Amino acid sequence: MNGESLRRATAAELRAAFQSGAATSRAVTDELFAAIEREDGVLGAWLHLRQEEARAEADRADARYATARAAGPAALNALPPLLGVPVALKDLVNLTGTPTTAGSRILEGYISPYDATIATRLKEAGAVILGKTNMDEFAMGSSTEFSAYKKTVNPWGIDRVPGGSSGGSSAAVAAFHAPLSIGTDTGGSIRQPASLTGIVGMKPTYGRVSRYGIVAFASSLDQVGPFARTAQDAALLLHAIAGADAHDATSSRSPLDAALLNLPGGDAAAAAIRGKRFALPKEYFVAGMEAGVERAVRDAVAALEGAGGIVEEVSLPTTEHALATYYIVAPAEASANLARYDGIRYGASKHGGGDLLNGYLETRGRGFGPEVRRRIMLGTYALSAGYYDAYYVKAQKVRTLIARDFDRIWAAGFDAIVAPTSPQVAWKFGAKMSDPVSMYLADACTLPANMAGLPGVSIPCGLSENLPVGLQLIGKPWSEAELLGISAGYEALTATAAWRAVAPHDLAKLGGGAA
Amino acid sequence: MSDLTRAEVERVAALARLGLTSDELGKLQGDLNLILEQWAHLADVDTSSVPPSAQTIVQAMPLRNDVAEPSLPVDDALQNAPARSGDFVRVQAILSEEADG
Repeated sequence: MNGESLRRATAAELRAAFQSGAATSRAVTDELFAAIEREDGVLGAWLHLRQEEARAEADRADARYATARAAGPAALNALPPLLGVPVALKDLVNLTGTPTTAGSRILEGYISPYDATIATRLKEAGAVILGKTNMDEFAMGSSTEFSAYKKTVNPWGIDRVPGGSSGGSSAAVAAFHAPLSIGTDTGGSIRQPASLTGIVGMKPTYGRVSRYGIVAFASSLDQVGPFARTAQDAALLLHAIAGADAHDATSSRSPLDAALLNLPGGDAAAAAIRGKRFALPKEYFVAGMEAGVERAVRDAVAALEGAGGIVEEVSLPTTEHALATYYIVAPAEASANLARYDGIRYGASKHGGGDLLNGYLETRGRGFGPEVRRRIMLGTYALSAGYYDAYYVKAQKVRTLIARDFDRIWAAGFDAIVAPTSPQVAWKFGAKMSDPVSMYLADACTLPANMAGLPGVSIPCGLSENLPVGLQLIGKPWSEAELLGISAGYEALTATAAWRAVAPHDLAKLGGGAA
Repeated sequence: MSDLTRAEVERVAALARLGLTSDELGKLQGDLNLILEQWAHLADVDTSSVPPSAQTIVQAMPLRNDVAEPSLPVDDALQNAPARSGDFVRVQAILSEEADG
């Protein structure tokens, strides 16, 4: 393998090539950094690169493969699945010695003094950590336009947003700058950008992955998860980062499904769809959904049905209240979490001039951007005396109803919910920046799963206006392996579909001459 | 709920310790009222017999053994502090002997 094929290889393909000696981690790492150097001036996916450290990690991985190859197949198979595989981290994952900004000026210059648990796990797995990716400030946004640092473009159309808030991580994988990346999803921030950039993105069950060392947004909703170009790759990355962690009391001891490491592909995956029961919630085909998106999603549902899946229309009646509920609960939790940015212990500081109160006001008033201020204001208001019951407690009660809607679906014996991920394809820069509510509506189909803590995955299911459409699968708690298995089945069913042969159109405009 | 007044927006900004310009407060007043309008329909949802959920995936949270583990070294913990004095974060004095006689 060399050049373009190395750059475009999946994690599973890289693993096989490293084992056989057909490629080295160092060659892949060099190739990806070369692509990033040529193209990121336009793409804007990256905030920080670890060129030296990543190359050293790649060399160490290659040495381990060489030793194991000499020792025989058993030794090779015993090596961790992600050994030598490059990964990108969203810039809210603490990684010792790297800047961690969360896309905010208030963390400009902050250098992580410790590793997030998932960073430790990726290091232990032998992954090559290429660097940190752009994001909406504190993960608040659906287009990555709220980054305080730079604009990230969609490789499918450089005049279009990559989705958000994990837009740098999704754009990097879609543009073949990394086979894998890490995102976080509080209301859709993995699934929605995956949908808009034509890749796979999974929000695991709340508690599946430790949040220790991840910059917090809304703690009852935040979850960490993988981006990849195939379901099988997403499963490999999820397996590496998931599991109980003494540093995060919400992390689950629920055992990880070993199936994640051996997700079937091809005919076996397609055959596994037979007999699965899929619920199609009518409320997810919302007003304002683009006709091309609806068509692609309904075609995908028909493909599942054609493979022996049983599809039934269902109702999740509380869906219409999920958006309002989310935009009370998430800002309320954010206003509390972001109280820590006070300019005293770390981060940007405007203390030292006048009185102490003024130092706080200046630090926070200047350090936070417009969307973060809006959410802090909303949350502070919803939690303030006189409004707490009317807004916050009310939202927590409606949240119970949202969870009960989903419980009824599982009690009725369904295996997964199938729905659109985003009502729209990637939109043009600026289209939603003047109206916060229109930006919030972009998450209408993803945030109910966060409110109920359920796992969800977005997988590419076609094109509309020549831009990617995502199919969302939502499952029971802890059913990640099953959801990714269905995803792999859908990939197999559509392996020869015409739309799969279409590459991101604007890759060449990034400056690389690829495509 | 009635619209948020300018005075209420200023009060919330003060509670949140956000020092904002007059223009920024004006813009936020408009935005917040637009968003609050979208919340209004929640009042119509019957939740009279529904308990609130702070989380929906409820799990046992076992206690860990009461054994000391290494903490972040002081130098690492202080490496990002805007101002440091020895092993401490240096902050502005909030009391002065002269002023509080």
